[in-house]
Amino acid sequence: MKNNFLHEEPLIFEYPVSDNSAVDFDSPLGESENLGGIKRSNPIGLSSLSEPEVVRHYTRLSRQNYSIDTGLYPLGSCTMKHNPRLNEKMVRLKGFMDIHPFQPEKTIQGAYKAINLLSDWLIDLTGLPAVAMSPAAGAHGELCGLMCIRAAHEHNGENERKVVLVPESAHGTNPASASLCGYSVESIPCNSKGRVDLDALNNRLGDDIAAVMITNPNTCGLFETDALRISDAVHNAGAYFYMDGANFNAIVGRLTLKQLGVDAMHINLHKTFSTPHGGGGPGAGPTVLSESLAPFAPVPFVVKKNKNLFMVEHSGSNQSEFSIGRMKGFHGQFGVFVRALSYIMSLGADGLSQVSGDAVLNANYLRVRLSKYLTPFHNGTCMHEVLFDGSFLDGTGTRTIDFAKAMIDSGFHPPTMYFPLVVEGALLFEPTETESRQSLDELIDAVIKLAKKAMKKETPEFFENSPVNAPRLRLDETLAARKPILRWTPNPVLKAAE
Amino acid sequence: MRYLPLSNKDRESMLNTIGIESIDNLFDELPKSEVPQNLPKHKSELQVDRELSQIANENLPYTQVPSFLGAGNYCHYSPASLDYIIQRGEFLTSYTPYQPEISQGTLQVIFEFQTQVALITGMEIANASMYDGATACAEAISMASRINKRSKVLISGGLHPHYIDVSKTQLKHLGFDFKVLDPYVSGKEDLLNQIDTNLSCLVIQNPSFFGNIQDYTSIANECRYKGVLLIVVVTEPVSLGLIKSPGEMGADIVVGEGQSLAGPSNFGGPGLGFFASLQKYVRQMPGRLCGQTLDKDGKRGFVLTMSTREQHIRREKATSNICTNSGLIALAFSVHLTLLGESGFLELANINHKNAVELSIRLNNIPKIKVINSSFFNEFVVELPRSAGSVIDELTDLNILAGIPVSRFYPEHPHLSNLMLVTATEMNTKSHLDSFIDALNKVL
Repeated sequence: MKNNFLHEEPLIFEYPVSDNSAVDFDSPLGESENLGGIKRSNPIGLSSLSEPEVVRHYTRLSRQNYSIDTGLYPLGSCTMKHNPRLNEKMVRLKGFMDIHPFQPEKTIQGAYKAINLLSDWLIDLTGLPAVAMSPAAGAHGELCGLMCIRAAHEHNGENERKVVLVPESAHGTNPASASLCGYSVESIPCNSKGRVDLDALNNRLGDDIAAVMITNPNTCGLFETDALRISDAVHNAGAYFYMDGANFNAIVGRLTLKQLGVDAMHINLHKTFSTPHGGGGPGAGPTVLSESLAPFAPVPFVVKKNKNLFMVEHSGSNQSEFSIGRMKGFHGQFGVFVRALSYIMSLGADGLSQVSGDAVLNANYLRVRLSKYLTPFHNGTCMHEVLFDGSFLDGTGTRTIDFAKAMIDSGFHPPTMYFPLVVEGALLFEPTETESRQSLDELIDAVIKLAKKAMKKETPEFFENSPVNAPRLRLDETLAARKPILRWTPNPVLKAAE
Repeated sequence: MRYLPLSNKDRESMLNTIGIESIDNLFDELPKSEVPQNLPKHKSELQVDRELSQIANENLPYTQVPSFLGAGNYCHYSPASLDYIIQRGEFLTSYTPYQPEISQGTLQVIFEFQTQVALITGMEIANASMYDGATACAEAISMASRINKRSKVLISGGLHPHYIDVSKTQLKHLGFDFKVLDPYVSGKEDLLNQIDTNLSCLVIQNPSFFGNIQDYTSIANECRYKGVLLIVVVTEPVSLGLIKSPGEMGADIVVGEGQSLAGPSNFGGPGLGFFASLQKYVRQMPGRLCGQTLDKDGKRGFVLTMSTREQHIRREKATSNICTNSGLIALAFSVHLTLLGESGFLELANINHKNAVELSIRLNNIPKIKVINSSFFNEFVVELPRSAGSVIDELTDLNILAGIPVSRFYPEHPHLSNLMLVTATEMNTKSHLDSFIDALNKVL
């Protein structure tokens, strides 16, 4: 990767200052002002570049990124699948892009229709009767589900339920969301196979438990085969069953959640339904709800009356008597909805079950081909991601992180490392269904080559120094945290790279 | 199926390698299930394009008619290169930059974004983004309470009603005591006398939901004196090109909605929550932070930093549960500010203000209409002789998206029903103003 065609790029603030701009304007329609004397008097300190300079700046920066478009991105738990460009074209239709959230309802019936269509399909795909569309991401959906759960308990006079149980293998957002909902969090152990320890769960269930949050398939890449027993036990104890839907890609189109006794689950549209991650977001986390939680769903939501669609915006109205209230400004992540809609329409019921089929097939192919060299956490079939522990590196002097960083020099993004926390030195690979046999084989060959190299124990420093062909060598994260420099200032402490 | 690269031959040979008969065998551990009942079969790209275009055509885009809509979501022009840059696959299809060696593009953009937000708000630092302005506001209230260990919150009647509702919902189980003042449309709200030493924070919006602008310096001083944190919300960041920044007035935390600079409305989402504060509060901040460091060769580089505040490390003790944020929208915001540059940003603000003043003068000349605000940026309130909802409805039939009825946000305050929020931006032309005035003269 390191070559003369990859340029170092200064910060925009380090370019010479002028009065340049990349935007020309028409004259204002009048000359009067009405600011009441609160005018800005000091310069701001923004940059001053023309359009060619700006385009080059960002194009050069973009080339320092790894992305799905440039290569396989096997980050476990993140479902880095291809992002179809049709989705991007659809969201840019003027009728979707250029509509304001407070236009009169008769001018936005199409927007309501799009939201409704997506809701109907999410309901169909999960088998639960209702969906709250406004959560902005997975963690926001968790908060939504838990708030509905808390509202339901309070409605039933069960105010003493103050504890949420979360398995130790859970994503960090689960305990954080429970805590934001005012609950205390207790961890339940996993058994040796990485699944929820049913006995431990049963022992802890009681009338102080508000909800149990389970990721299924779990973060070890396994289906929770006790899912039905878990939900029965949870319900018998008077608690609600929250399922983290981050791994929905493994089962989409094959299994409805109603059968699993799920009361609430968020769906990451930016994972299973192919909307781009954009370097960190935005996502969307619509949350499906069981019949007992549906009345508590947040506003706003779209309802049908006669032939027209309209939006219930306030809690406490006839249709929203028990609603928990509003969780987000405006009407949810509409632009993400349109992309997900475009994806679901493209694949249909048949395509989506092929998606989960191929995703799980690709993960198992990796599992079988890599198991001779890496140490699989579990020997049987996995779901859409495959987990290895770090024991294949024991005695080699190479750590999990060094092994993963060496993959960068082979042209691949590393898998998720050191997660789930229950597995030492974890490497979690999620290839997704949008990788071809050829690209999987290339990944497998590269990983095997590295594993053999590590086994030889001759070159631990090769791994410690990896990557060497990326735009940067290993970065000093301790320095960054100890002396935080979080913005550019005119007198930088550190010198710009040459 | 165009998104699935495996051929049947691939599948067969891979199943062979695994040692099973069929893909269905991979799911033997799942309970037998009903499959989706109503979802149609897969469709060609052309057919999806046709069907979605038909749905889109049932909407009236604000770019096709004279439009004067705001209320926390603003219609500005997006330069062509902005959309080109954010559609580059290297930005669009990358994940959160957890592997900094191969994510310097995204990381440097975040660092520049954090700097731009800090500069325009007049604050010391900013984070990498939140979901939207409303959720950022809730997070700011929560952060203030972590800093001063108090729980009473005073909210100005000029704060966007969605921000009030979201804050109350999101924080309802965390023991906060909210006092929300009545909507204040005109005059001056008496905040000074309500700031006491029990208060955790005061939340104000500038320009307010009703468009008023105010210098909060004396209120900020009183807050500082009483140990109260001043949170300033900005829903129209273009205003910061023309009016004194919240930092200059003495704000402790500044949050807001970045959509106005990031691109078109998209029916209100996804948005961009920006979040800035003083450096001394950084350890209580929610969300991701990007920081500068050095690589092994001593070259400058950027990493996500101080993540011990975050859920993936701290779990239930994290400052927030946020993980996915608004990365791509932050990129769009940052690219637009870079395209504008200092002079362009000031000029954009200037045009917005002058266009709005021109509109207000012309509206005030209609005898039955009164402009309420004494000062404003690009948005103000007019009082109509009858219900704003009905007037707007009639103007819509004349193909004008006139404004927003204030009563839409305050069903419990019927006395506001004749008020309409009106915005003008650089998108409005003289002919838009002419059509608006003509149409109003017709229906009133």
